[in-house]
Amino acid sequence: MSFPWAAHYAPKNPFMRWMDEKLPLPRLVYNAVGAGYPVPRNLNYFWNFGVLAGAALGIQIITGVILAMHYAANGTVAFDSVEHIMRDVNSGWLLRYAHANGASFFFIVVYMHIFRGLYYGSYKAPREMVWLLGVVIFLLMMATAFMGYVLPWGQMSFWGAQVITGFFSAIPIVGEPIRMWLLGGFAPDNDALNRFFSLHYLLPFVIAAVIVLHIWALHLPGSNNPTGVAVQGPEDTVPFHPYYTAKDGFGLGVFLICFSLMVFFAPNALGHPDNYIPANPLSTPAHIVPEWYFLPFYAILKSFTANFLGVPAKLWGVMAMFGAILLLFFLPWIDRSPIRSGNYRPVYKKLFWVLVADVLLLGYLGQAEVTPTVVLLSQLCAGYYFAHFLILIPLIAKFETPLPLPNSISESVLHGEAAEAAPYGTATA
Amino acid sequence: MLRFFAPWIAPLVGALFVCSLLWAVVMSPHAPAIHLASEEFHLQPKAIHYSFEGPLGRYDNQQLQRGFQVYKEVCSACHSMRLVAFRDLEQIGFNKPEVKALAKGWATETPSLNPDTGEAATRKSLPSDYLPGPYPNEIAARAGNNNALPPDMSLLAKAREGGPAYIASLVTGYADVPADLKKKFPDFNVPPGLHYNPYFANLNIAMPPPLTSDGQVTYADGTKATRMQMATDVSAFLMWAAEPKLENRKRTGIAVVGYLVIATLLAFAAYRNIWHGKKH
Repeated sequence: MSFPWAAHYAPKNPFMRWMDEKLPLPRLVYNAVGAGYPVPRNLNYFWNFGVLAGAALGIQIITGVILAMHYAANGTVAFDSVEHIMRDVNSGWLLRYAHANGASFFFIVVYMHIFRGLYYGSYKAPREMVWLLGVVIFLLMMATAFMGYVLPWGQMSFWGAQVITGFFSAIPIVGEPIRMWLLGGFAPDNDALNRFFSLHYLLPFVIAAVIVLHIWALHLPGSNNPTGVAVQGPEDTVPFHPYYTAKDGFGLGVFLICFSLMVFFAPNALGHPDNYIPANPLSTPAHIVPEWYFLPFYAILKSFTANFLGVPAKLWGVMAMFGAILLLFFLPWIDRSPIRSGNYRPVYKKLFWVLVADVLLLGYLGQAEVTPTVVLLSQLCAGYYFAHFLILIPLIAKFETPLPLPNSISESVLHGEAAEAAPYGTATA
Repeated sequence: MLRFFAPWIAPLVGALFVCSLLWAVVMSPHAPAIHLASEEFHLQPKAIHYSFEGPLGRYDNQQLQRGFQVYKEVCSACHSMRLVAFRDLEQIGFNKPEVKALAKGWATETPSLNPDTGEAATRKSLPSDYLPGPYPNEIAARAGNNNALPPDMSLLAKAREGGPAYIASLVTGYADVPADLKKKFPDFNVPPGLHYNPYFANLNIAMPPPLTSDGQVTYADGTKATRMQMATDVSAFLMWAAEPKLENRKRTGIAVVGYLVIATLLAFAAYRNIWHGKKH
């Protein structure tokens, strides 16, 4: 894979040579994240978020595996076992707060990663498969996070499970049987809790496997870059190591500082107080809200308030909510513009920022109390979301006049300073 | 054929969703919003300063012990605290013999079995026991409280919006129904057995005023037990009960963030060093 000028792995140490013959694992690392992987030299800080997402998954798996040693997935003891972790397990409070906030930070970095892909057109050919696998990861993350939120078996856990599995009952005829099959009963109970725990433990490893495919698919064409212009020669790239390992190291430090500030000084800021009340099927909380990372989709769900074309409002809402994510699968073919980077697409660039504001507003509306103004605003914002992806993007792809593109990455970076243009990092190690 | 239709699929699907939303906008009922007394007269918690706030905040053990005394002499008559054990009280400054005496002298005993007959019984509590609640079960608790259930207090400070300040405001917030409210909402009434409290979300709370007069408890350390003092102390104690590892967490946090800041500065220097002279 990769570019012809990539450095070749040539170990000098006899042991490493022996290893390379028997199991070329060091070679794989060298070619994937080492000096053997040339990367565009002009990546900005938004390209840090892929590595940060991987780090977040790592934090979740490590803290999660240890939490599972102390947690009990049974409705009668689940809540108390979490409190046992908080009070009696050595550093249990740290594990749990890191895991709960880790989920939020995983979503923060993944949302940054997704919006970076949207702005710079990273979903376009030749990286469609990278994007498709990314959307699969996003869906798996949402399922994993939802099931993880159920495990502490507090009030929001229980009622969140009730509401979210209730979406399936919107499907005509088979909906209710599907919901009961998923829950293993008429309402969330031990059977649901137990299978959610099982799946919550399984899915992160599925995510890790899809990440391997995601990176594999990425390494065939190589990374996109802020100009969107394809790599043309060695002067356009630098080897991943040490250039981007160093940059990612710095990014990881900033990420961990932000993460630590939340874990140690505001660990419950992103949670809901009601989840410190044990689950009670007989007492419905005043406002059932999902975790913040689902709020934009929750707002879309709630904005469909009228039956239309004989389809009930609830089914419209559920279709729209799933559709809002599933449409991302088709984005590489919806957007026919050959220009990748939003920097050279004046109209797309403006609409991109409208979309960012739209999604942030939807997030706010998702947790706001339902008033006529909130409903109307959600309807407008949800309408823009669909119009943006399904109507405006195909239209501007057709009618937009792009700005002139640079001839190459190095030209855009160097502005004619020829001395700097010498190929770099092509020597064998 | 497909090549011709394909570009129209996305806009058509998009138009369908947009039309459904437009229809929802058109069909939305234009009923005037119902204005509730609880929206206008509900008060936000009072601004109360606690020693455990801020990144360097610590619990004040004197205050926690006073708060424990209020819990023991007032709240525990109705509210359990099932996640806190007597042994945990050592963390707020009680010594071992004091904890042993507290466990032994607790108003309700720990459920157990008669070792001779196997019948249900109770025994004096030990430091390893969790605080026994005032009622054997929920039915008994409701029967004793006009069918309202006094919530367990172990996590109360984290389970309510506003935290300890909300709890302190609530227990000192009982009042007569304001004349203003009666005038604006003639239908509003306080049902029998409930009490008006503007800090409670729907204004009527089942709990009778727990702190009725200054000096309701006599503090061993000589602090004057005003109602506000007792409310602040007991809410601080409840915060400790809900988050006993708070001090350890903040202390660890200072060290971790300090370490990370240094490591990140070094990583930044390494990044700048490696990219030195390399335009990007």
